[in-house]
Amino acid sequence: MKHNDMLAMILAGGRGSRLHDLTNKVAKPAVSYGGKYKIIDFPISNCANSGIDVVGVLTQYESVILNSYVAAGGRWGLDAKDSGVYVLPPREKADANLDVYRGTADAISQNIDFIDTFNPEYLLVLSGDHIYKMDYDKMLNYHKENGADATIAVIEVPMKEASRFGIMNTDENGQIVEFEEKPPQPKSNLASMGIYIFSWKLLRKMLIADMKNTESNHDFGKDIIPALLNDGRKLMAYKFKGYWKDVGTIDSLWEANMDLLDKKSPLDMGDSSWKIYTEDTNSLPQYIGAEAEISNAYITQGCVIEGQVKNSVLFTGARVAAGAKVIDSVLMPGAIVEEGAVVTRALVADGIKIGSGAVVGDANSENIELVAKRVKGEE
Amino acid sequence: MSKALGIINFAGNHINVGGLQDYRPVGAISFLGRYRVIDFPISNFSNSGIENIHVYVRRKPRSLAEHLGTGRHYNINSKRGRLHLLFAEDGMDSLYSNDVSAYIDNMEVIENSSSEYVIIAPSCMVFKQDFGALLDQHIASGADITLLYHSTEEAKEKFLTCQTLELNRQKGVMGISPNRGNAKNRYIFMDTYVMKRDLFISLIKNTHKTSAMYTLADCVNLACQEMDVRGVAHRGFFASITDFKSYYDANLSLIDFKTAQALFDDEWPIYTRTNDSCPTQYFEGADVKASIVCNGCLIEGTVENSVLGRGCTIKKGAVVKNSVILPDVVIGEDTVLENVVVDKHAKIIHVKEVKGTPENPGYIRRGDTL
Repeated sequence: MKHNDMLAMILAGGRGSRLHDLTNKVAKPAVSYGGKYKIIDFPISNCANSGIDVVGVLTQYESVILNSYVAAGGRWGLDAKDSGVYVLPPREKADANLDVYRGTADAISQNIDFIDTFNPEYLLVLSGDHIYKMDYDKMLNYHKENGADATIAVIEVPMKEASRFGIMNTDENGQIVEFEEKPPQPKSNLASMGIYIFSWKLLRKMLIADMKNTESNHDFGKDIIPALLNDGRKLMAYKFKGYWKDVGTIDSLWEANMDLLDKKSPLDMGDSSWKIYTEDTNSLPQYIGAEAEISNAYITQGCVIEGQVKNSVLFTGARVAAGAKVIDSVLMPGAIVEEGAVVTRALVADGIKIGSGAVVGDANSENIELVAKRVKGEE
Repeated sequence: MSKALGIINFAGNHINVGGLQDYRPVGAISFLGRYRVIDFPISNFSNSGIENIHVYVRRKPRSLAEHLGTGRHYNINSKRGRLHLLFAEDGMDSLYSNDVSAYIDNMEVIENSSSEYVIIAPSCMVFKQDFGALLDQHIASGADITLLYHSTEEAKEKFLTCQTLELNRQKGVMGISPNRGNAKNRYIFMDTYVMKRDLFISLIKNTHKTSAMYTLADCVNLACQEMDVRGVAHRGFFASITDFKSYYDANLSLIDFKTAQALFDDEWPIYTRTNDSCPTQYFEGADVKASIVCNGCLIEGTVENSVLGRGCTIKKGAVVKNSVILPDVVIGEDTVLENVVVDKHAKIIHVKEVKGTPENPGYIRRGDTL
């Protein structure tokens, strides 16, 4: 708090049901990405790299794994005095019954007491399911320079896709004049990234009013932002340039992984000045066998590769046996492709075994095949 | 809580891992690209439930101190346990500087420990050992001192800077003597001792009085006459990083996955400090075979039968064969390397060929640009 007087709250309660079996047991932010990371490593590392010392993570759906994962703040360096990562599932309080988080805004409202103990000047609200690198400190500077009441990060999306997003219509100074959720006829292509900076005193007031409003969905996009605009508050759009991806579906999760194969990947995972921190595993370095053929691949420690890997991303501890082929695919942590098996255009879930000689996926398929159950090999 | 205090000794004066040791103690030398040699003894202690560990340092402490830090990454309980760095006061150049003089310098810390036993392990040997089981065996045997050894048939060619144990039929130790390379079957002493802490303290004090230049091994060698000193055999992978060739060979031998499985075990993790490197990128045209590759590398060239440390760049057309590349090295376009050890941060850009031989591997110094 000493650095920028801003506390971050990450909304990580969603299931991400369009990720199907990947989120049966874990919430979307705990889904693996990029070989060794989990999605939530990105916002938390961004916070750590932006000089934010206190991060609250709002969890709800299947939160056990996520809770223990984020509670170890040390892996992001957020373990100094007055620093920490706090796991905040809904809780029973002296003056309120246990209740689920009814919406994104309600998740913050139910934790006003928590935020107040730190007495921050600013509150940063993030979503826990996007892949991007961003310096929130720069965004805060923009918020201050403009004397804004709230600042919303936006990214330019292709006009034809704009109706899929929450769109901000701004004046020539970047001040938001209108917010439209998934407009059929978008007037601009500035999509909200779900990243908000609020001046805490004002937001606190709005949230208390919102809690009492029986008409409200208790959602930032649907209720809080429109209410601020109606109130004549100054809302600024902060334009972000760079890689940003919502990995909400199997196809987009696969795509986001494939983006890492690009030699000039804008995410630049190797940038040592903005590292993404994650769980440290005790796995061995990569073992590449004498017959292995690897081309255009993103591979992490613990992998053992004796077969062929092409255009693919392999996560911690994945194995490709001799004679097996993995093409245009993603192998999640601990996935095993046995001898002679062929995996094409597929995403193989954590710890799933593809038996010897089995064939999964299809080079010409429209969608990426999610393999979340063991595939038996030839007898 | 374990009854033993773990002590990790520095490499003796007779040990010289050519080149690499100019920059750091042997324990801090990078191993398999991701580890440091000292990760093995510390992990052995930690996995054995021994959480009070003294690490002795005598020269160039920077890289070792940096790597060990608070010791948290070794899974040692942060309250009950402690990784303690202890420094030898005698300068490296002093003839008197040896393990015993370092123990004398730090006698207060050893005396203040409440552990009943000490287990002393070397910082320059790579092996997996359950020290808890070794301690139980020591206690059950009633011996005064237990020494760990590795039986080899290659003593003529290997372990030439090691000591050997002379054992009788009952595994009683008759003496400790250098491996002179004149017999192929030897019991290589793994510089690992188990004894009561009180005995250790009195041995150290007496040795120092007998001869100010005696090492602990000299002193145990003499003690064999009147005390019950026994040998216990170690099985599994064993490498002694006690000269340049043994460092090179140990790295390359672990490229074979079966060999590696005799050292690495999911139930017995080897801990190290994370560097938070991203995964490794293999580009179009990369050709990597029979190698160990660490994270954070960018590979466009050919790598064969080699160890590639963390964060290395292998450019297009480069060929790396039978080599050990330490972290953060750049191998430029069309550069051919064979049988060499490239130390950290080196860049081989202008010179297009560097070749050693398997018997005589080459060495490229830390941070050099060629």
